[in-house]
Amino acid sequence: MFKIKFFLLVFLFPLFTIPIEAKEPSKLINEIVNEASAILSSSDPVESKIIKLNNIAEKSVDIDGIGMYTLGKYRKNLNEDQKIKYKKLFRSYFLKSFSSRLVDYSNPKINVVSEKKINEKYTIVKTILEETSKNPRIEIDWRIYTKNPKRPLIRDLIVEGLSLARTQKEEFKSIMQNNNDDINFLFKSFEEFLIK
Amino acid sequence: MKKILILSIFLLSQLLTFNVFAGSDGTLEIKNKNKESASEVKDCFETINRGIFAFNQGLDKIFFKPVAKGYRYLPKPIRSGTSNALSNLSNVVTVPNNILQGQVKEAGINALRFSINSTLGIAGIFDVASYYGLNKLDKEDYGQTLGTWGVKEGCYFVLPVLGPTTIRDSLGSIANFSGGDAWYNVTVSNNTKYFENSDYYYSRLTSGVDFRAKNLEAFDSLEKNSLDLYASVRSLYLQDRKRKILNLDETTETMNDDDWEEIDTQ
Repeated sequence: MFKIKFFLLVFLFPLFTIPIEAKEPSKLINEIVNEASAILSSSDPVESKIIKLNNIAEKSVDIDGIGMYTLGKYRKNLNEDQKIKYKKLFRSYFLKSFSSRLVDYSNPKINVVSEKKINEKYTIVKTILEETSKNPRIEIDWRIYTKNPKRPLIRDLIVEGLSLARTQKEEFKSIMQNNNDDINFLFKSFEEFLIK
Repeated sequence: MKKILILSIFLLSQLLTFNVFAGSDGTLEIKNKNKESASEVKDCFETINRGIFAFNQGLDKIFFKPVAKGYRYLPKPIRSGTSNALSNLSNVVTVPNNILQGQVKEAGINALRFSINSTLGIAGIFDVASYYGLNKLDKEDYGQTLGTWGVKEGCYFVLPVLGPTTIRDSLGSIANFSGGDAWYNVTVSNNTKYFENSDYYYSRLTSGVDFRAKNLEAFDSLEKNSLDLYASVRSLYLQDRKRKILNLDETTETMNDDDWEEIDTQ
């Protein structure tokens, strides 16, 4: 019995200590694109497609990070309860908006062109959304957060040079500014969007 | 025409003079091209702008969107030909602006493209120049030129029908009507026996419809997913202009993103 235990310790222990390999950001994008493409071209009902697309977003997008970024300077003024409420509402808003944007595409063809490491925290993956009869060819850059190289996460999409995160940040800022910097109005906007 | 010229010179001089006195205002500073300013563009007349924006949205719903949808039914070669011809025509504004921005090589390429496509390409319908290795370059306008010369945006505002703009970009547009646009000169400004005034206005209208048709889904998606559509459009317009003025391809590396640095989720 001792021998068996010893054998297990000697041969199996190293398996658990081998570090999980870092994931290449362009590999992450390729995986997501292929996965999303398979979902969108399937004959599944729309509701099922949305659930599957949201699962992809949950595991590959830094939703909390984007939420904090888009809140800009206002994130510093929130109390803990407001922060929790904001995170929850933003997550729901993000997922609904994410799947709604994608579900209209039947079979998008996105090709990874190149990858450029900006610093330890960020890598930009350049891709091209191929031209269709409806849409022109579009350049999409993905800002990947690589602080934890084993689990890279998407933080922004830059479509033809226009940052979606920045646009959203300025949108939220406008809502806050026009409502005396009261976060409750932003919460209300989220809630209205979610019940639409 | 003289009045327009005087008005533009006056407005331009105002923009440049404000730089001296109101540098700390953050909106009218002379810009260092290599150093992105943290300042924001002011939306000086937001309430009025939102009203005009709503009017434009209405106009889009009843006119531009249905026309753009109809345009989409045209065979692709017709749409591509129209798009190519309009793009070729825009070279008459791009070339002088290439020169004004010191882009001599680009000016040469665009001038050659214009000559080849206007003749061999039958009024620009066919992009023959690309076949000869002269690939299409970015468009330039007088607003962009003012930007590269260091003139800041000034206030952001929305024009009826024409949409978002800034004081600087409006000045750029005025330059088109003051002799800076050869197409306007031969159609509207001067009486030539070859073109009518309407040729200019039709080309502008078609240009708008062509743009709208190319972005039908993108606009729908933006409309559907925005919490504040007006603010989204403003942000996209200003980002796009900044990118064009700096002639950036690597936007993501050069835009100021200090805010991201504070956010640590891993």
